[in-house]
Amino acid sequence: MKITGAQALIRSLEMEHVETIFGLPGGCILPAYDPLLDSPIRHVLVRHEQGAGHMAEGYAHVTGRPGVVLVTSGPAATNMVTPLMDAFMDSIPMVCITGQVGTSAIGTDAFQECDTVGITRSCTKHNELVMTAQDIPMAIRQAFHIATTGRPGPTLVDIPKDCLVNTMDWHWPTDEEVAESLPGYRPTIKGHPRMIKEAAKLILASERPVLYVGGGVLKARAAEAVRELAELTNIHVVTTLMARGAFPDDHALCLGMPGMHGNATAISAMQQSDLLINIGARFDDRITGKVSAFAPEAKVIHVDIDPAEQGKVRKPDVPIVGDAKYVTEEIIKAIKDLLQHGTTQADTGAWRSKISGWREQFPLSYEPSEPGEALKPQFCLEALRDSAPEGTILVSGVGQHQMWSSQYWTFNEPYTWVNSGGLGTMGFSVPAAIGAKVGRPDRTVWAIDGDGCFQMTAQELVTATVERIPIKVAILNNSYLGMVRQWQEMFYDERYSEVYLSPEVPNFVMWAEAMGCVGIRVDSPEEVQPAIDKANSINDRPVVIDFRVDAREKVFPMVPAGYGNDDMLLPEWQECNRGGLK
Amino acid sequence: MTNHHILSVLVQNRPGVLARVAGLFARRGFNIFSLAVAPAEDEGFSRITIVVDVENAPLEQIVKQLFKLIEVVKISELDPRRSVERELLLATVRTAADQRGQVVELTNIFEGKILAVGAEAITVSLDGHPDKLDDFEELLAGYGIVELQRTGRVALPKLDRDARLRAVSNKKTDNGKAG
Repeated sequence: MKITGAQALIRSLEMEHVETIFGLPGGCILPAYDPLLDSPIRHVLVRHEQGAGHMAEGYAHVTGRPGVVLVTSGPAATNMVTPLMDAFMDSIPMVCITGQVGTSAIGTDAFQECDTVGITRSCTKHNELVMTAQDIPMAIRQAFHIATTGRPGPTLVDIPKDCLVNTMDWHWPTDEEVAESLPGYRPTIKGHPRMIKEAAKLILASERPVLYVGGGVLKARAAEAVRELAELTNIHVVTTLMARGAFPDDHALCLGMPGMHGNATAISAMQQSDLLINIGARFDDRITGKVSAFAPEAKVIHVDIDPAEQGKVRKPDVPIVGDAKYVTEEIIKAIKDLLQHGTTQADTGAWRSKISGWREQFPLSYEPSEPGEALKPQFCLEALRDSAPEGTILVSGVGQHQMWSSQYWTFNEPYTWVNSGGLGTMGFSVPAAIGAKVGRPDRTVWAIDGDGCFQMTAQELVTATVERIPIKVAILNNSYLGMVRQWQEMFYDERYSEVYLSPEVPNFVMWAEAMGCVGIRVDSPEEVQPAIDKANSINDRPVVIDFRVDAREKVFPMVPAGYGNDDMLLPEWQECNRGGLK
Repeated sequence: MTNHHILSVLVQNRPGVLARVAGLFARRGFNIFSLAVAPAEDEGFSRITIVVDVENAPLEQIVKQLFKLIEVVKISELDPRRSVERELLLATVRTAADQRGQVVELTNIFEGKILAVGAEAITVSLDGHPDKLDDFEELLAGYGIVELQRTGRVALPKLDRDARLRAVSNKKTDNGKAG
């Protein structure tokens, strides 16, 4: 049967079980928007294409399914560069479909033409320019297959307008045809059995082991397996910024987040470990600090589905390329096998009591404000956390508020934390929260944002209101680009350069109201709880709370850039106990 | 050339593949010394031969990154001692009438070819191992090179002794194709 390329595109998306598309129409993609009217697929009409991209990411984060974006050519495609790169850095499955000028106009500098596949080549896992209507179903199948298998990531299909208009013979490619069309793409799932056995031996022999859990554990749905491994061996777990929630924060073995703004115990445990069991993490510079000074005595087991991560930063003693869930389950089997055959686990008692000591001496802490003093951002977060309904999803922007969110929230369930880790995209939280709420409408979704971040993408709250996506936004408003201010205070002799944002403009409450949200302003500690209660009770529209917080507050602990983790800066009231970290 | 590595990359023959491969090198700040691309033995595939000057560690990373490209099917690093390398050189050399004989003689010694002869210049070609081309180029420079073009090297692994013998024996039965 002959159908148009546009019909084939929409049908292909239906075949891929797409339920929601985030997008914005325009000239070249226009033909695709017509058959969309007859499709059960929901379309969320955004106000800026970047918003569509982050929404798709938020959706993918919480559902595990690929987020889908449909936008036009030229400026729409270039507006997608940031979310594509963001998704690439954080291994988020996403499929972006862009319109392109007609095939005969390509290369003529036509209206709204740009070299989309050229521009997005280095910020996608794969991209493709389709040249005939007939190729559309295969290109879409490949895009979904590549985005969701192996190490997930964003893919892009660029479709010229005439390919959408022309007719084609509908054929949905089989799994075999897809595999045959991609002879160079065969992700390794099963880890090497000899390496898995080697890993099991090392784990049982280690006296100071740490499970270093990264975002790959969430991507591979391996949280259960990791928990079983931790409990079987009684090994403590650190969860990176991308893996918060992959291991429950209230578990006795959970040490929380390591890294530049991690807690002292998580940082020191990694640093003094004799064995790092890295599952799905990538030795990011925010974790390692100065690489040459990082965990100097540790052997390394590195489980990663991407062979290029092995040895990229730290040479592993036992590299295992494979799926985190499969490999972790195999390691558990191998450990049980060794234990049954008489191998005993080394005594980790001294190590565990050392860790307990650190936890007691170096908890995350801040100085509560005295009566009449400015509101502390951490206090707001604790109140939000303690009032959050069961299963609340937390989404953050980038900066101080992101670090405090990761530090002070309690993540007990996977897929309840959404943030921009690798690229550090300011403006991520509002659109990502919208996408998360679309993916999990049954959950409360709180976006924690800074006043700087909020001003980058706030217009998507119009989308949220109109599309009836009732997210809640807490702005920790210190009228500064807070993290930059912190660096200028600490490393640039308090010379504040271009970091002060006006405390009066914009009026966030009026702005929120103008976008159809409920706006609430909070200045003092007494107002915090009533505002949060009110926000939690509203479910028919978005809510924005403008928390006016202390601009002098800094994120601690902190490992300054370029320093080793042993040089972490503690809050001043813990500095005197520093010796205890040895 | 020290530290030179030859990568032989088998890719699906599709638009943009070369840009992807070249982009990976550029992103990591590696200069490609030479590059040759042509269709491979199987329809639908091309072989890219890349010569690059890097240390071993970054090369390992770039090979892994290259392999992540969806269209890359196979990568072999060819050890210069265990591979055969060839390159083609074309050069137009300034030759006054009294010097033409010397250039022709030189070209003959190197077993090159005379492609065109003009009143004051001569165009020659030479194919062979890149080192041999280097020597030839150096000698031609003494006469004054007007224009010079080299193709960049192509390479294949040397057959081991057994395979070499098999190849010869197959020649009669298998239309000259090595097994």
